[in-house]
Amino acid sequence: MAGHSPSVDTKTLWGGGISPFNLSYGKIMMWFFLVSDALTFTGFLLSYGFMRHRFAEVWPVAEEVFTHFPFMHGDHPLLYVALMTFILIMSSVTMVLAVEAGQRMNKKGVVLWMALTIVGGLIFVGSQAWEWYHFIHGTELGALQLADGTIAQWMSDAKDALVLPTGVEVTGAEAAALIQSGTEVYGANLTVNEYGLPLFADFFFFITGFHGTHVFSGVVLNFIIFVNVLKGTYEKRGHYEMVEKVGLYWHFVDLVWVFVFTFFYLV
Amino acid sequence: MSGTAHHHDNDFLFKYIFSTDHKMIAKQFFITGSLMGLVGMLMSLIFRLQLGYPGESFPILESFMGNWAPDGVLTADKYLALVTLHGTIMVFFLLTAGLSGTFSNLLIPLQLGARDMASGFMNMLSYWIFFISCCIMMASLFVEGGPASGGWTIYPPLSALPEAIPGSGMGMTLWLISMALFIVSQLLAGINYIVTVLNLRTKGMTMTRMPLTIWAFLVTAILGLISFPVLLAAALLLIMDRSFGTSFYLSDIYIAGKALEVDGGSPILYEHLFWFLGHPEVYIILLPALGITSEIVATSSRKPIFGYRAMIGSILAIGFISFLVWGHHMFVTGMNPFLGAVFTFTTLLVAIPSAVKVFNYLTTLWKGNIIYTPGMLFAIGLVSTFITGGLTGIILGDSALDINVHDTYFVVGHFHIVMGLSGTFGMIAGIYHWFPKMYGRMMNKGLGYAHFWLTIIGAYGVFFPMHFLGLAGVPRRYYANTEFPMFDNMYDINELITLFAILAVAAQGLFIFNVFYSMYKGPKAPQNPWRSNTLEWTTPVEHIHGNWPGEIPEVHRWPYDYSKPGADDDFIPQTVPLAEGEKDEGH
Repeated sequence: MAGHSPSVDTKTLWGGGISPFNLSYGKIMMWFFLVSDALTFTGFLLSYGFMRHRFAEVWPVAEEVFTHFPFMHGDHPLLYVALMTFILIMSSVTMVLAVEAGQRMNKKGVVLWMALTIVGGLIFVGSQAWEWYHFIHGTELGALQLADGTIAQWMSDAKDALVLPTGVEVTGAEAAALIQSGTEVYGANLTVNEYGLPLFADFFFFITGFHGTHVFSGVVLNFIIFVNVLKGTYEKRGHYEMVEKVGLYWHFVDLVWVFVFTFFYLV
Repeated sequence: MSGTAHHHDNDFLFKYIFSTDHKMIAKQFFITGSLMGLVGMLMSLIFRLQLGYPGESFPILESFMGNWAPDGVLTADKYLALVTLHGTIMVFFLLTAGLSGTFSNLLIPLQLGARDMASGFMNMLSYWIFFISCCIMMASLFVEGGPASGGWTIYPPLSALPEAIPGSGMGMTLWLISMALFIVSQLLAGINYIVTVLNLRTKGMTMTRMPLTIWAFLVTAILGLISFPVLLAAALLLIMDRSFGTSFYLSDIYIAGKALEVDGGSPILYEHLFWFLGHPEVYIILLPALGITSEIVATSSRKPIFGYRAMIGSILAIGFISFLVWGHHMFVTGMNPFLGAVFTFTTLLVAIPSAVKVFNYLTTLWKGNIIYTPGMLFAIGLVSTFITGGLTGIILGDSALDINVHDTYFVVGHFHIVMGLSGTFGMIAGIYHWFPKMYGRMMNKGLGYAHFWLTIIGAYGVFFPMHFLGLAGVPRRYYANTEFPMFDNMYDINELITLFAILAVAAQGLFIFNVFYSMYKGPKAPQNPWRSNTLEWTTPVEHIHGNWPGEIPEVHRWPYDYSKPGADDDFIPQTVPLAEGEKDEGH
């Protein structure tokens, strides 16, 4: 690290012949790859923002969509996703500890913390699958897709009164006519979404899916490096820089999730 | 690794095909990119024939295009296909990968004093992914329905609905796959360029002693790294719309009077994402060409480049502003007029650093001891096209004026001159200048002069009249304007343009011949043919792995010490230590 020798002045540092950041080319490449990947996610999140702004009045509220929690009944808005987020962030903490253990050439430490990171990642991917399952499955009550394609919610279990996407409540004969011409829908897929706009589901599946793919590849990368650590490859090499590189990627994936979580669930 | 014939085969394979040597990869990019460029150029010739002589029969077309041109007349949908592929190939394959791939690969390690790129393996991978991407793009010519036909910008819905037009089917899918690979290739190449510039400069090569070519390549790579992923995002959403039934970009579409299921999306979203890439892409093409020009103009004027730091500043400024101007491609999308005014402002801001560059070229040339090598002629040609095209850019950048000429030939004339011609002129100038370094032989000067004059006359002959067509309202992308009586008096101009196009394309034959002839039969290159200061001319003429046989040379001065007062020679290479009391213009 450049910080170890405070006497180095910037002129000699940038004067050629050495790496100005005192980093290996591989680590800088990882940083630049992450910049590029971040821009891809930015593209998606901005698209999401663009569309959400366009349909601000009728955009489904995440707190009303994601209310399930395993083995528990009743409404627990965003509780599970909060737990998932916590686990993912903890896996970043264990990754930091693995990198730190690597710098001390403590193989046992690296093995322990990397294993925990992998477990954390797997729990997150599994939780995402669970979340998808419940989103696709939908509620027991379902909703009504009106003849014009928009989604109206039932006012009660009796299924005789509706709340239109605009918030207008419809009861009695008027509701009956709508029910007659509409179709009942359950859950969400890429073309129909019982919670409202199909675009909400499109973006949910796409962005969390794209992120989930990143987490999954991160887990695979971590696993490969983990096996190498077990085999003692890096001990022989004299440094654990590969652990640092996958660590960078792992922190990046976590950071992206913080944004996805914020924009999709919280805002 | 030598001796038996068997080993010899392997040597060939690893020397010429799976090489990790940056000089070989540069040549691979040059040959592949130029071949693609040749195909793209010939495509333009074919559709120019249709535009110059609408409906007239050219039996030769049928003989090699078959049912694309029954009775020798290009069909309307294949006209659109050719226009689309011409744009795609020229913008991405020739002027992005071909230009950066050739010169960044060749010059970054050589001018910085590095043994090779930071990761030779990734560099090789980048070329091979690019090669596969080229093959897939070419393969799309042969599938049912033909290649993508919705314009190189592939706006939805034509690109999002496989049933929209013939080219929206398999051809469009292949276009997307090809571009996805292309983006990966650019990413691998880009991070390699950046890291090499940051990490592998030789001792003494401070950032402000780097030749301007390197500055241009560095900023180009950063632009690519930031803008291409956004295109990737746009393309992935498009693939979802095409194949998985989402409707990110689709809303209220009717095909043959029947409403489609899709609803809720917005094609404008795609345009935003696309042009966020699309505009920096212009500078991804231009900056390397401008960098090459800086180098050649200074060397062949025997004068230090005027305003070295201003040049670096303007490269950085252009790079930064290029991310804030994408809206000027979308003035007619129903954009809020206030937003239009904002984009007009940012767009016109680009004129400032661009003008700084032009001013510095002109002042470098001013009273210089100009040596008219073919490379220098093309570099001056670039300065000319950059001014001509830049001026119409000011008109198009203004939202109020743009609306009048939007989607007309005025736009076509503008971007072909400022981006197409400047980019190709920069590339050709670079080839003439660094051919001795690439192939160890000199190119023929006489052919070079003929090539230059025919090209610049042909090129201006093609694109200058287009401004008049545009001002008269002739829309771009139309198969023929025969149905519109108000354009009846435009036939002559269109025919003239086509004749000039034939001239310009024919002139490139001279260049191709010159390249291949000189590759084998040209006179052997001397060590430093242009008496240039930069490091690449200190390497042996015959390529060796690792570039310098012994130690890497150390750098003591900036690269533009030409005609320095008091010096014996009119150039002082970067490796010469500073004399007592001498001041370095760089750092």
